Amino acid sequence: MFAHSTSAAVKLNNCANCLFPCAMSTGTPRSLPSSGQKSLKDICHPLSAEESARSCSPDRLKTSNPGEKDRSLPNGTPVDTSSPASSSSLLNRLQLDDDLDGETRDLFVTVDDPKKHVSTMETYITYRVCTKTTRTEFDFPEYSVRRRYQDFDWLRNRLEDSQPTHLIPPLPEKFVMKGVVDRFSEEFVETRRKALDKFLKRVADHPVLSFNEHFNAFLSAKDLNKRLGLALLTKMGESVKYVTGGYKLRGRPMEFAAMGDYLDVFTQKLGTIDRIAQRIIKEQSEYLMELREYSPVYTSWTSFEEDLHEPLEGVAGCVSNCTSALDELTEDMSEDFLPVLKEYVLYIESMKNVLKKRDQVQAEYETKLEAVVFREDKKTPVPTDVEKCQDRVECFNADLKADWDRWQNNKRQDFRQLLTGMADKNIQYYEKCLAAWESLIPLLQDKQETKGWNSRITVLGTLNCLQPGEEH
Amino acid sequence: MADSGSGDIAVIGNTDLTPSESENNIKNTMVEKGTNLLKRMEIGVAEAEKRTGKNAVNMQETYTVYLVETRAVDASSEGTTPVPDSLWRRYSEFELLKNYLLVTYPFLVVPPLPEKRAEFVWHKLSADNMDPDFVERRRVGLENFLLRVASHPVLSNDKIFYSFLTEENGWKESVFETGFQAKADSRLKALNATFRVKNADKRFADMKHYGDELQSVISQLLRVRARAADRLYGVYKVHGNYGRVFSEWSAIEKEMGDGLQSAGHHMDAYAASVDDILEEEEHYADQLKEYLFYADALRAVCRKHELTQFELEMAAQDLISKKQQQEELATGTLRTFSLKGMTSKLFGQETPEQRETKLKMLETQIEEGEELVKEKNTECEEFVKSAWVDIERFKEQKDHDLREALISYAIMQISMCKKGIQVWNNAKECFSKM
Repeated sequence: MFAHSTSAAVKLNNCANCLFPCAMSTGTPRSLPSSGQKSLKDICHPLSAEESARSCSPDRLKTSNPGEKDRSLPNGTPVDTSSPASSSSLLNRLQLDDDLDGETRDLFVTVDDPKKHVSTMETYITYRVCTKTTRTEFDFPEYSVRRRYQDFDWLRNRLEDSQPTHLIPPLPEKFVMKGVVDRFSEEFVETRRKALDKFLKRVADHPVLSFNEHFNAFLSAKDLNKRLGLALLTKMGESVKYVTGGYKLRGRPMEFAAMGDYLDVFTQKLGTIDRIAQRIIKEQSEYLMELREYSPVYTSWTSFEEDLHEPLEGVAGCVSNCTSALDELTEDMSEDFLPVLKEYVLYIESMKNVLKKRDQVQAEYETKLEAVVFREDKKTPVPTDVEKCQDRVECFNADLKADWDRWQNNKRQDFRQLLTGMADKNIQYYEKCLAAWESLIPLLQDKQETKGWNSRITVLGTLNCLQPGEEH
Repeated sequence: MADSGSGDIAVIGNTDLTPSESENNIKNTMVEKGTNLLKRMEIGVAEAEKRTGKNAVNMQETYTVYLVETRAVDASSEGTTPVPDSLWRRYSEFELLKNYLLVTYPFLVVPPLPEKRAEFVWHKLSADNMDPDFVERRRVGLENFLLRVASHPVLSNDKIFYSFLTEENGWKESVFETGFQAKADSRLKALNATFRVKNADKRFADMKHYGDELQSVISQLLRVRARAADRLYGVYKVHGNYGRVFSEWSAIEKEMGDGLQSAGHHMDAYAASVDDILEEEEHYADQLKEYLFYADALRAVCRKHELTQFELEMAAQDLISKKQQQEELATGTLRTFSLKGMTSKLFGQETPEQRETKLKMLETQIEEGEELVKEKNTECEEFVKSAWVDIERFKEQKDHDLREALISYAIMQISMCKKGIQVWNNAKECFSKM
């Protein structure tokens, strides 16, 4: 399944030793250190971590310019694929734009229509997953299948195992305390649906993950279970490979260390924002409770007033309207704002894990290399398994950087959207209240006029003339 | 200036009135009512100051004095505004004035003073009598009190009120000299009358009931409002935390940094805006409180009616029983059980001379009694007449003032919403630039 197309140009062969599809971007054909022709001395020694990182990465970055479209593939686009390479699919991938504008997208996925299923053993929710695509990896241009959370979980695990060098988007929380949260309530199901939809969209937008065969199966297979079994068997061996343990990393290259630092601080800030948002919702709910008592008092006052009956009733109505507007705001924030924050916390956890895995791969390479370097016999060429390790490190680093950039971009868009949405909701709340109170004014002032308080007009006129500067 | 749509009277449609302007509306209504007093002089409570001195038990105490200013109305017509006359008064002196008015004019709904201690507070801080915000609100309330009295057709002519405004020294003594304290009805007497009166005017009974309900509903309103204000304060202030975290977050971001930082400033501004909002709301609470206390004054008038009515009934009852006694003595028949009847049965009847003396005495008493009943009747009738006139006046004033208060409350809410929209729009702009 991961066969490299040997008929392709030399540059494609550079990853011949890499067992996994990697986002190696190559500019003009150049031989990588692991090509086999180079001597050990020419290999960037990972023990001189800082320098090698600096010297190695800029090269990668240069060649991974998203703008370059001549002979190199845009950064992150796989050179070899997880499905049989064909020239047309290659072409498709060439056209895939990293900046995710809709014109060049050829795969659209949505999650909707949650339904409850009751069986003797259990009750669960399924969601409809609709796919529209022009990719030739798919047999048909459209699909509509039913999936439950378990299936999404399976997909994510498969992706993590089969694409360990990539950042897999998070899923909403798996476990919910049965007593605390109603798993079948409309709000919960809707929140989950949105998160699942986002998950699939993120995978679909990813230039490597979207071509994963498991993703394909998830979107298209009528019966996922069969594929599930099959996939499990074949993947077992592969996944074990990456559980490299026990290798100690001497130093994380600077750029990855910077990523780690960023993630640590970002997690902190997200946590704070989550706490603030929850506190605001709590305070608003308590304010709401008081408001609910406020309106009825005005109403009870109307029962023993004559002339004031209408204005008091009007005020009661306004307060009531403001109360419902606030209720809506609080609900919206709870349903739309908080889940996104939680999702990013999970995303960050995934990213940190990927960074750790990268560290592991690098550590393994360094250890093996060290063993070789201090060998006495320097004439024999570098053993292939050390070369393989080096390849792995480089592939991983490239994949990770590409994913990091993509993630940063998405994060910026997501948060821009999230915070703008928060501002919008608050604006809508105030606009609703404003409309209510403004509609009350003429009602209140009308009566004053008819009662003959016309002398007030002249007084007010003088007042406004005398105090032009009085502003609040 | 926002035009609410009632185009012909655009000035009233101005929803940009501030609470102080709205307060002025009420004052100006009082002024243009044009009592003789207000035609002649301007009245105000301009300042407040802290003083320390020795009190009645020779201990040091700190108290606040208020500057009562008066100025002749036509004085400024020559182009120069002369310095107003002024004197300092303590809250206790205002109380003395009010009590004097209550006793001297029991048939009038006497304007109330602002509260002695801060109640229905939304934030523990302002419960302190020495708090400058409280003192300021009290100053406004005292001025309002003086204007209310000065705009009352009857109260404005009172000499003691006039000297309160114009004579600093010796005023207290002159109040006590009126001997008003002796005229005050005891609480017990009033309570007794309330329970035992038989034919109180229904209108007054209804008014008293109205006063009870008004007091109850306004108290409720003030309590809920105070709790809501507390909560609102919390909502706004927590948003300030966004300011800090956005600032910290912007430090690790490249392109997002500026947008986040500026948005954070707007969140800080949002959090800070609640202080002004709640201060304005306090003004509304004060307007409600005035009528909470007015309810008391209203009930006082009703109670006084019950008392006069009761006294009339007692006098009438007394007269009837005296007349009965007279009849019994004259005819020698015993209509009702009496000790006289009993003793005469036991010890024998009295002599004709004794009976003559008694009859003569009763006659005088009956004459006096009839005078008393006539007097009490007139008193009662006059009381009902003048009291009802004032109650009608009060009803109109209350309807007008409360409507004004509701309008200014709505205006306040509108202003708060507009500010909120502005801040969030600003923040939204910053977010969109992230």
